[in-house]
Amino acid sequence: MISFDQLTVRYGTTVALAGITGRVDGGEWLGLIGPNGAGKTTLLGAISRLLSYQGTISIGGRPAADLGRRQLAQLIAYVPQRPVLPPDMTVSEYVLLGRTAHISYLGSETATDRRVSAAAIERLDLGAMSDRTLHTMSGGELQRVVLARALAQEAPVLLLDEPTSALDIGRRMDALELIDQVRREKSLTVLSAIHDLTLAGQFADRLLLLSGGQVAATGGPADVLTDGVLAAHFGHGVQVLTTDTGDLAVIARRSREPRGRNS
Amino acid sequence: MTDTRPAIRRRTGPASGPSPGPVVAEPGPIVTADQTSASTPDEPGPVPVTVGRVRLGRAIVIAGVVLVIAVVVGVAIGPAALSPAQVIDAIAARLPWHSHTGLPKLDLEIVWQIRLPRVVLGALVGSMLAGGGAAYQGIFRNPLADPYLLGVAAGAGLGATIVVVSGGNPALMPPAAFAGAVGAVALTYLLGARAGRSNESPVFSSGTSSILLAGIAVAAMLTAIQTYLQQQHTQTLAYVYAWILGGLSAATWSDVWLILPYLLVAALALLAHRRLLDVLRVGETEATSLGVDVARVRLTVVIAATLGVAAAVSVSGLIGFLGIIVPHAVRLTAGPSYRVLLPVSMIGGAAFLVLADVVARTAQAPDEVPIGVITAIIGAPFFLFVLRSRRAHQDLS
Repeated sequence: MISFDQLTVRYGTTVALAGITGRVDGGEWLGLIGPNGAGKTTLLGAISRLLSYQGTISIGGRPAADLGRRQLAQLIAYVPQRPVLPPDMTVSEYVLLGRTAHISYLGSETATDRRVSAAAIERLDLGAMSDRTLHTMSGGELQRVVLARALAQEAPVLLLDEPTSALDIGRRMDALELIDQVRREKSLTVLSAIHDLTLAGQFADRLLLLSGGQVAATGGPADVLTDGVLAAHFGHGVQVLTTDTGDLAVIARRSREPRGRNS
Repeated sequence: MTDTRPAIRRRTGPASGPSPGPVVAEPGPIVTADQTSASTPDEPGPVPVTVGRVRLGRAIVIAGVVLVIAVVVGVAIGPAALSPAQVIDAIAARLPWHSHTGLPKLDLEIVWQIRLPRVVLGALVGSMLAGGGAAYQGIFRNPLADPYLLGVAAGAGLGATIVVVSGGNPALMPPAAFAGAVGAVALTYLLGARAGRSNESPVFSSGTSSILLAGIAVAAMLTAIQTYLQQQHTQTLAYVYAWILGGLSAATWSDVWLILPYLLVAALALLAHRRLLDVLRVGETEATSLGVDVARVRLTVVIAATLGVAAAVSVSGLIGFLGIIVPHAVRLTAGPSYRVLLPVSMIGGAAFLVLADVVARTAQAPDEVPIGVITAIIGAPFFLFVLRSRRAHQDLS
């Protein structure tokens, strides 16, 4: 669905991605992991062409560079880590923005756009809140509102940048389960940056470990989430355990050397 | 105010969100379509998704009524006072199907040759300044944006000053002001847009602040040149100063016809972009990812607003403050959606300037107070009142 070849992105003289190559297959969930500054957000930005890059990116077999803004937005829905949420905008107004790529430059929303938005709102169980303004909503609710906008975009690819970083452990699980259900229902391709390695292993079909702007490892969770690979890129003290449900849990071990407390 | 604004994560309002129940056993708030319809039996159909149609209609009606009152007051008040009924009668007298009127010929002349052109010109100028201000606040996502942001005022001032100090025909002042205004914005845009390219920061923010800074630099430079010219020709100081303060005292129908085409085109172009201005409320980066060519929207809006505002300024001088406060007053009362904000600001700006002009010509009659003084003296307290009486969390950009 998406492939990138020799992809390089620079911020001024800083190289954020150094000629990386990879792909996301149709219908799969690829988890982007890696330490801070590894280039995860940059990769998402380049694929949605919010950043200029060297190398090639192709989406559905077509070079991304040949696609217009609207065409691109019909293929890719991008959810940034911290979306701008205009405080006085209502949920339905916000979700309707997802239809932008389906409306001509000076056109206005059609009945279809309203219907698709309403369906996205219902799907994410926001029907009772559609007239609420965004500033009255909790972090977990806002996460669903943002996801509803991405669904209303009706793009086959969903790019998510740390979709759960602002949520507590329960809401985080809920949000990822919801994304997983929706992507299966609609056969979406998902590329998401996930900080939490345990969650990344639980939800993604495949992981791509970025480190220092390079691809450090790629493969199934069991191949990438190993003590050796993680220690090399996140520092020592990272340990991978297998839970009773067969998931991989990644924890950071604290060194227990005696330290003077309150003395 | 900028793209780096943090996401709103306040927790207020009723706790109708997901309940913090057990997570491992049952994923509580994840609701399938079937469960949704079962859990909300009173709302079987899909939710209606609308964008403030009701608000728009009501706000336009209210603003329209205020404008009609302002026009009647504006025509009625003056050295020869007329009643509202006489004003309506006089205006109707020129309509083709209206055969005769009981009004003396002199009153008709006062209404049609003196007061009405002034009121209509004030309405047009006020409408353009408020609409331009609202549009600029939208595309630059900056609550302090006004229609003079990119150097229109400084360019117009320089153009008019050049005509005055070179002893040119005063009839050349409007075209010179227009040319100066358009030239200044073109210069700002060329300098600013070029500086704002490429991946400058990891949060993808680009363009607008470099354009705003270029606008400040261009305005400072042109104002300096204009000040220099003025100082070299002190005998013209009062004349240039009076023009810069702005006013409608010399209004004629020919001024109205001169600027009307520019204002119509500008207003239609701005109104056509009101949906896109709403998309821009989520910031440039997200608007781009939603499929908007932000640079194209910005350039089109700037061209439209510049033509309209330059035309308005060329006949009225530099009337300040209105372009900031009218859109904010509308935003605080009718909401921040540009679909409401843009048309209602245009009507409200028209009414506001007509009323400000009434004060300008009556407060110290027979002398006139500069209208820019009035817009600020009435406008600032009114705006502070609206600001204080409303909620603090408004989306001001």
